Amino acid sequence: MTALSALIRRDIRIALRVGGGALIGVLFFLTVVVLMPFAVGPDLALLSRLGPAILWLGALLASLLTLDRLFMADHEDGSLDLITMSRTPLELACAAKALAHWLAAGLPLIVATPVLGLLLNLDMVATGAVALTLLAGTPALTFTGMIGAALAVTLHRGGLLMAVLVLPLSIPVLIFGVAASQAVIVGPMTFGAPFSILCALSLVSFVVGPFAAAASLKHGLD
Amino acid sequence: MTLIDLANPTRFLALTARALPWFAAATGILLAIGLYQSACAPDDYQQGATVKIMFIHVPNAWLSMFVWGVMSIASLGTLVWRHPLADVAAKAAAPIGAAFTFLALLTGSLWGRPMWGTYWEWDARLTSVLILFLMYLGLMALWRAVDDPSRAARAAAVLTLVGAINLPIIKFSVDWWNTLHQPASVMRMGGSSLDRSFLIPLLLMAIAFTLLFVTLHIAAMRNEILRRRVRSLQMMQASRIAFSSEMGAGSREGNASNEAGAA
Repeated sequence: MTALSALIRRDIRIALRVGGGALIGVLFFLTVVVLMPFAVGPDLALLSRLGPAILWLGALLASLLTLDRLFMADHEDGSLDLITMSRTPLELACAAKALAHWLAAGLPLIVATPVLGLLLNLDMVATGAVALTLLAGTPALTFTGMIGAALAVTLHRGGLLMAVLVLPLSIPVLIFGVAASQAVIVGPMTFGAPFSILCALSLVSFVVGPFAAAASLKHGLD
Repeated sequence: MTLIDLANPTRFLALTARALPWFAAATGILLAIGLYQSACAPDDYQQGATVKIMFIHVPNAWLSMFVWGVMSIASLGTLVWRHPLADVAAKAAAPIGAAFTFLALLTGSLWGRPMWGTYWEWDARLTSVLILFLMYLGLMALWRAVDDPSRAARAAAVLTLVGAINLPIIKFSVDWWNTLHQPASVMRMGGSSLDRSFLIPLLLMAIAFTLLFVTLHIAAMRNEILRRRVRSLQMMQASRIAFSSEMGAGSREGNASNEAGAA
């Protein structure tokens, strides 16, 4: 347990310090959302209708952008080999790393959501709904994305290949995240059903993600 | 005759060389009978002649999931049993599965135009099959991105097993969500709701398509084995040329090159 908490503390500390790049994700999120009014025109009614979709898409792309760092830096300086050989089960270590990554890179996105909701003319309830769905959904993005990150690090290919592998897996999260937020704003569906499915997706990814990532690291790293 | 006996690629090649013509002939005969029967099937009272698209569409859709299932078993073979031909099977199946999935989407959209009034609808079944298609393409990209086949095999196996979660979602999407795509009518509790005049040609076509997949898969596996042999022969030849030219240069230049190497 202490080993895992030490790992989490270390990863968060590295991510937040100079060269960590966790906060670049927030900056990217901000830039994507600011770009949208230029693309669709500064029509406030249209923006408030598209708002949840824009925020979700921005968060998805931002979390994809930072995923590269999940294993790559540790692989380069050799600490990934130490983690693989340590007495802690690799699955748990992967889960701890993903949790740390989410705390450092995913949580700031949710904190930034109210500010960006203001830019997109979303009212209080809508912003709250989007923030809540992001809180429930972004862990699923991190934990499924971890599989792609583990594959990419074992193949020494990051970037585009990882995006191609991870994005199809994140489509269900996007569907139910946007559906739940839209349900609050326009109805007619209830908020509960898509939101419960979103939570279920996150819970499934907690189980599948670490095992798949650990299997990929075990079989892939020579 | 077990799966282990096929582990030797030479034995596999010899065995499939004899079996492949039989599979191909059976596929051709069954496809001919199935197509004839489908052409002779009566028109639907609601859908008219467009119902005949079903005889192509449904087998393609079944096969698109079946092929991922085959790849999942092959991936288990790669990761768990370390069967030498499992990754060959998984690699050879991916493009075939992608083709079946693409045809299922294409025929479905051609069928949807007269029936639903639209080529595409973002309904649960259609979306989940589209995700399956994207995952096939991603898997093929993964195979192509890495030049070492055994390294690519293990990565692709993990991704295949993760993607297998999508299969039950596709199968039950029409039951879980009330959508435009009609619910299951052949394989369901309480027997098929399809009339016999449609069911028999459909089952014939399904068997024919499965045989078509088996034939194509075995042929693709043979090609993959031969491709790997060619590759290793080329590597051996390249290393031999490099080695002999190195030796030749060393003997001609004598001590000069040794001194250069030391410096």
